[in-house]
Amino acid sequence: MASAVNTSECATRPSSSRHQAIADAHHPRLPKSLEARGRQEKGQGCVPESRVKSRTRSPFAGPATALWPWPQYIQTSDWHYTISPHSFQFKYHVRSAAQSGCSVLDEAFQRYRDLLFGSESWQRAALTDTLTINNEQCFLLSETVWGALRGLETFSQLVWRSPEGTFFINKTEIEDFPRFPHRGLLLDTSRHYLPLPSILDTLDAMAYNKFNVFHWHLVDDSSFPYESFAFPELTRKGSYNPATHIYTAQDVKEVIEYARLRGIRVLAEFDTPGHTLSWGQGVSGLLTPCYSGSQPSGTFGPVNPILNSTYEFMNTFFLEVSSVFPDFYLHLGGDEVDFACWKSNPDVQAFMKKKGFGNDFKQLESFYIQTLLDIVSAYGKGYVVWQEVFDNKVKVRPDTIIQVWREEVPVSYLKELALITEAGFRALLSAPWYLNRISYGPDWEDFYRVDPLSFEGSPEQKALVIGGEACMWGEYVDSTNLVPRLWPRAGAVAERLWSNKVVTDPDFAFKRLAHFRCELLRRGVQAQPLSVGYCEQEFEQI
Amino acid sequence: YFSHRYHNYVFGDRLLYHLPAKFHVKADIQQLLVSVVRDSECEMYPSISSDESYSLVVKEPVALLKANRVWGVLRGLETFSQLVYQDAYGTFTVNESTISDSPRFPHRGILIDTARHFLSVKSILRTLDAMAFNKFNVLHWHIVDDQSFPYESTTFPELSNKGSYSLSHVYTPNEVREVIEYARLRGIRVIPEFDSPGHTQSWGKGQEGLLTPCYRSYQPDASGPINPTLNTTYSFLYKLFKEISWVFPDRFIHLGGDEVEYDCWESNPNIQTFMKQKGFGTDFSKLESFYIQKLLNIISTLKKGSIVWQEVFDNNAKLQPGTVVQVWKEQNYAKELSSITAAGFPVIISAPWYLDRISYGQDWRLYYAVEPLNFSGTQEQKQLVIGGEACLWGEYVDATNLSPRLWPRASAIGERLWSRQDVRSLDDAYRRLTVHRCRMVRRGIAAEPLFTGYCDNVLK
Repeated sequence: MASAVNTSECATRPSSSRHQAIADAHHPRLPKSLEARGRQEKGQGCVPESRVKSRTRSPFAGPATALWPWPQYIQTSDWHYTISPHSFQFKYHVRSAAQSGCSVLDEAFQRYRDLLFGSESWQRAALTDTLTINNEQCFLLSETVWGALRGLETFSQLVWRSPEGTFFINKTEIEDFPRFPHRGLLLDTSRHYLPLPSILDTLDAMAYNKFNVFHWHLVDDSSFPYESFAFPELTRKGSYNPATHIYTAQDVKEVIEYARLRGIRVLAEFDTPGHTLSWGQGVSGLLTPCYSGSQPSGTFGPVNPILNSTYEFMNTFFLEVSSVFPDFYLHLGGDEVDFACWKSNPDVQAFMKKKGFGNDFKQLESFYIQTLLDIVSAYGKGYVVWQEVFDNKVKVRPDTIIQVWREEVPVSYLKELALITEAGFRALLSAPWYLNRISYGPDWEDFYRVDPLSFEGSPEQKALVIGGEACMWGEYVDSTNLVPRLWPRAGAVAERLWSNKVVTDPDFAFKRLAHFRCELLRRGVQAQPLSVGYCEQEFEQI
Repeated sequence: YFSHRYHNYVFGDRLLYHLPAKFHVKADIQQLLVSVVRDSECEMYPSISSDESYSLVVKEPVALLKANRVWGVLRGLETFSQLVYQDAYGTFTVNESTISDSPRFPHRGILIDTARHFLSVKSILRTLDAMAFNKFNVLHWHIVDDQSFPYESTTFPELSNKGSYSLSHVYTPNEVREVIEYARLRGIRVIPEFDSPGHTQSWGKGQEGLLTPCYRSYQPDASGPINPTLNTTYSFLYKLFKEISWVFPDRFIHLGGDEVEYDCWESNPNIQTFMKQKGFGTDFSKLESFYIQKLLNIISTLKKGSIVWQEVFDNNAKLQPGTVVQVWKEQNYAKELSSITAAGFPVIISAPWYLDRISYGQDWRLYYAVEPLNFSGTQEQKQLVIGGEACLWGEYVDATNLSPRLWPRASAIGERLWSRQDVRSLDDAYRRLTVHRCRMVRRGIAAEPLFTGYCDNVLK
């Protein structure tokens, strides 16, 4: 299979704007050589509408078209070719801007080779430039390496095996690109520590589903596992166990690079001013002391917004965070700030009076957030915040991204998207995709049914919805149950964010997702069943 | 054999970090002395009347575990293994203790469903391990159903040849034996359920003529429940259950009898004729009972006891005394318990304990709060409640998510069925269950967290 990449970007990380290149670029036609070979096309051209309508008539081609997520344009037929693991190679096209030495693709070729044929050492013929007897080629063309990764994944899903074990692939033409550029998954490593292998395994499964953002909710009230070099006490005092339940600088680097090689951005979240109890263990004076009457009660609340020391701390801390995490964006949280503690504190009250905030603690929250945003922008970073920041009318920069997580409050989430985009901000949708909220039965259908753009707004507004994230909050989740709870349910969100908006038929989705689940199992992902049935290769069968 | 197992649980895979050792003046407990008072029953299979009581005294220089039978020793070993902990210096420690223990209910079961999804033998064995950690003593193996027939029958090999999901989704006789022995060594009974006359679609694939042909279905060749009007049905059942009673050593066999749909029977003219002949009118519950009674007779002929789902009782089938009825329908189940025990039958409770019905949050608290004897009845009636079973139906469950879905939620039920009625403080249970959960994780069971927090060593 020849791979051609128009612009390499091999040594870079995926960024938020990559999608522009892929989406706006002229979609290259697949080379005539592929079309000329083989017979006259029998199958219908596969624009999604006709695909869905004619689904019952045209042969499903069984395992050959069980793709997840469904590509934008696909043409397929029953005509198929064999693939010989001994001689099959991934090769860089001579005109490709990316060549051998491009680690993203070199490693991906290795990975996909293992996924396709197993890591047994298939005896390989000597590498030559001459074509083999069959003289068949598959051709993958993309703008950047990130597209090549997505294409490799699709390719790996097209290959199937006969009962005798022969590898096959059907004659296929695909043009594909994501509907939304931000397709994320949130993991919470504060409520429960997740060991490094769990995070890396999640990144693998994300790549299989074409997710491209890992939203790492690193710290929260419960624990502070992030190893800070500027403030080591944060970790020493705030983690569950500083010897075993932390992410060292090395661990963090490893996650970032592992993600990069899969075309996944790491969006780190350091949520303030609420959700910070664990921070107070290691940095005394950071949190607001709550009062019971005129005496401190001994408990603490959100970050104390009235002290200069607070902002000096944030300055230093976010300098570190900005340098550790290479993505342009940081997530600054800003959700669920409980005002009761601030209200009880006489110094805070005095500050409120001085500033003329009256009794409106939202203004105090705004004051904190605005100062924090200025600090972070000064480090050349953009930011994502939870919707409360917008709901509470904090003055934020126009390039702020607002993440919608509340289903009904203060308004339905679709209305919230409308309000946010009307105000000119970009939005991310998470509200209907809280995977931690489990219930009996096939809830993946509800996730799949969501239509992120079904709100009243102009096309310009809708373009401001840049994607969404499936969230796996950690109150009840750790490495004992993370994987089956995530997959294949998150897959429903993955397709909703990648595929064309008309790909909504639940039966069509079920067939493919059930097949994809078995494929995930085969690849070593402990994905739980969608419903009654079986896979040829069950989990841990031996 | 089991002392070897428990030695591992106590000392293997423990805390990695501890303060430097100090010289202790404290005494050492050198051994746990085990004494079986009566005939051990070591070579036997556990039964509903097995004596699981034990006493455990930990006092220097030895700890003494005394029980009437091996079954009590097993329970006591588990308790002893839970008493031992590592102090801050890493030293294995046990507090001076006196324990005398026995179960409140003799039937404490877990139902697994290997028909909706095949479960590897490995996952079944792991479940048996976890059951032993929680003092469960019955594995209710719902082995076949509509969707698949993984049980390899030597008398009727076509049943699994045609009815299993695939030839690799099958339990061979050796594997069945393996499960039974593994369970026995943990004091766990294996009660198989071959559910009929409903829930039998997969049986028809390998046994032609067994199921009722439907006459009004929009699907050609549709079939319904087992055909209760043919002699061939009963000669088949006799042969099959003869094999089952030989393969499974427990005295009891579960016959199912739930959710029988009547439309197919109703549509079939031969059945209609039969109904007329028997004077059943249009009451198909009478036909159902007719079937079940014949099956129950077969089972008694084979010198086995029967367990049935509540419908069999609700449909007024004539049951022999000693037939156990399992209550699963949630609505008004207290009333159902009253009726069944008033009629003199032993009863197993499952209704409030359907673990397959997951929901967000700490649902273990609801399972723990259930009081099995909260129904109106006399003392004699209450004594007929022999226990309960946590059910993990398999529509959405297989080896990928079985362990976290079962544990530690089933542990709450384990305590409810073992411990005294007045042991019900949720706070105290939470405190102990979080520790117990971490212990199960340490022992290789992927028990999910109860809530935010951490264990001293992390799984994987």
